[in-house]
Amino acid sequence: MTNTHVDYQLSQLDQLEAESIHIFREVAAEFEKPVLMFSGGKDSIVMLRLAEKAFFPAKLPFPLLQVDTGLDFDEVLTTRDSWVERLGARMIVATIDEAIAAGHVVDDGKTSRNRMQIGTLLGAIEENGFTAAFGGGRRDEEKARAKERVYSHRDDFGQWDPKMQRPELWSLYNGRIHAGEHMRIFPLSNWTELDIWHYIHREEIEIPSIYFAHEREVVERDGMLLSVGQEIQPKGGEKVEKKMVRFRTVGDRTQTGCVESEATDTAAIIDEIAIARVTERGATRGDDRFSEAAMEDRKKEGYF
Amino acid sequence: MASTTDAHTAAQGEMDLLRFATAGSVDDGKSTLIGRLLLDSKSIFEDQLEAVESTSQSKGYDYTDLALLTDGLRSEREQGITIDVAYRYFATPARKFIIADTPGHIQYTRNMVTGASTADLGLVLVDARQGLTEQSRRHAVLLSLLRVPHLVLAINKMDLVDWSQEVYEKIHKEFTTFATKLNIPDLEVIPISALQGDNVVNRSENTPWYSGPTLMHHLEHVHVASDRDLVDTRFPVQYVIRPKSDQYHDFRGYAGQVAGGVLKKGDEVVVLPSGMTSTISKVELFDQEISEAFPPMSVTIHLEDDVDVSRGDMIARPKNAPKPSQDIDAMICWMTNEPLRPRQKLAIKHTTRMGRAMVKDIQYRLDVNSLHRDQEAGELSLNEIGRVQLRTTVPLLCDPYSKNRTTGSFILIDEATGVTVGAGMINTAS
Repeated sequence: MTNTHVDYQLSQLDQLEAESIHIFREVAAEFEKPVLMFSGGKDSIVMLRLAEKAFFPAKLPFPLLQVDTGLDFDEVLTTRDSWVERLGARMIVATIDEAIAAGHVVDDGKTSRNRMQIGTLLGAIEENGFTAAFGGGRRDEEKARAKERVYSHRDDFGQWDPKMQRPELWSLYNGRIHAGEHMRIFPLSNWTELDIWHYIHREEIEIPSIYFAHEREVVERDGMLLSVGQEIQPKGGEKVEKKMVRFRTVGDRTQTGCVESEATDTAAIIDEIAIARVTERGATRGDDRFSEAAMEDRKKEGYF
Repeated sequence: MASTTDAHTAAQGEMDLLRFATAGSVDDGKSTLIGRLLLDSKSIFEDQLEAVESTSQSKGYDYTDLALLTDGLRSEREQGITIDVAYRYFATPARKFIIADTPGHIQYTRNMVTGASTADLGLVLVDARQGLTEQSRRHAVLLSLLRVPHLVLAINKMDLVDWSQEVYEKIHKEFTTFATKLNIPDLEVIPISALQGDNVVNRSENTPWYSGPTLMHHLEHVHVASDRDLVDTRFPVQYVIRPKSDQYHDFRGYAGQVAGGVLKKGDEVVVLPSGMTSTISKVELFDQEISEAFPPMSVTIHLEDDVDVSRGDMIARPKNAPKPSQDIDAMICWMTNEPLRPRQKLAIKHTTRMGRAMVKDIQYRLDVNSLHRDQEAGELSLNEIGRVQLRTTVPLLCDPYSKNRTTGSFILIDEATGVTVGAGMINTAS
């Protein structure tokens, strides 16, 4: 038996964990058909860990839904499969290519795969009749997210209306929705990037290997380091270099840049982040850089 | 990069947490102060600061407008106001902080109440030139009503009153006189300049007459550990875990978040509302058996006897249990355009329990500026607060809000729209 707290104090990480577990249980109890949106990134893996703790020793009372961009890193898919197998979870994969074929999404050659996830995701939620969808969003990520509720109401069109948000008080979450609507649930709302890493470190959580420093061929483009591969080839004047890099987010591989790093374990990453001077999205996500209000626009349309 | 020791890494994750709510209008310099706290605690990143600097320049400002760091939504930036509660995060070596940043305008009482509902501390900002305004009094009233245990009155723009001790003392005195009518167990009054940073993180040389803490020092050290109730055991059952697998065939665990007291193996307990008694056979956190559970831990409880327990029930001690009640007397903050009227029917959520409630009587409306009780009110409009009697369809297992902020609070939901329309704080139940 663990005799943990003689002084009846919970560390901030334990408090965040307790709050997130509370949210998972609340949703499982009140919603008919929840689903966990799984991207394969560290935040959604932390969500899986918290969900595992919330319902142990029972299996997760909801499936996982992944939007496959067709451009995921192999390392991400490997880690996903390992988690799914260990938890015995049900996994639903919705692909952008299928969504394009079904007419949910139009590929005009200009729209990024990340943006096309919106239609794919909404299509999958509607087809499966999901009433609540857990997402790994954190309020420290971006200014628009700072105002989003833990339970974020979406209308028939999957849209977020920032001016019509429901007040959210104490830990009393309101899960009422009408037919056709669904709720986005953000159990990691109050976690920061550093909290996520501390938790991964403490719990020894398995995450994709590309989060750790490794040698990789990259080109520098628009101030970002992109991994050279199938889609990314050097254009006129660009030089391919071999560098020690790691990824801070793991989205679509044509849009996600890496950073130079020597951090090969979680403790080193925590050190690196503690002194980092650029936010994780600003550094490595091409799709957030077009306008200051980019995230707000995509959220209104139904993005994560 | 050389990694620091594991001990150092662990210490950063194991620090404690302070949630605080800020109140004040744009004019009081609230956004500037928050920008200052983020900047001086090195929680602002280069790209965020650069974006704000370039915006400030393009608007023709003489200095970097730190308020731009926290103005999130485009519609707010266009109007130059804050329209919703925003949550901010920063950490110092001593603590992690969650700020509920609430707008100060009169029409947004509901946001202030929302932000204060989870706060350990409330930070009210006043402009030293203006002194206490109707708005700052209202903020103090709301923080008191929401039982936020610690309050800081930050007197800002001290640079614009020549760092006058007299001004500080006058506002201090006026506030403490006003606060005698409120429930404010702990008050700190700090003279600052958010724009220049005086007494925010670093002690100011301009206020030699002030011997109290800087704002940051106070936030880092204010004692919040004893604000929690570790005496009265309250465990609202949230979810029953029944794996129905071969390995855990007979497993039956009651999952929930501890709302009060300490639960441990061997404790005799009562399950409400049924009144059945049993004994705790095990307390678990994930796959570990733990010796004790206390607020705000999310745990799983096992009982020795096979009693009927389901979501919405409450586990307490036989000699210290809330009395199930359907007649509720509460302060309600009304949060929607259509007024609250007698005989109105609403859905109610209290702990993990859902039911319906009918408004029996609106006893009075509280004027949050004068504390006057208007007994002729008859209804509550958007952003108004009043004392209301409710009759519920299911018994609530509640405590007075002054005793327990979790078991003493509820929300009201419009049954047609599904929107949260009211927040309630229980006075008594009978």
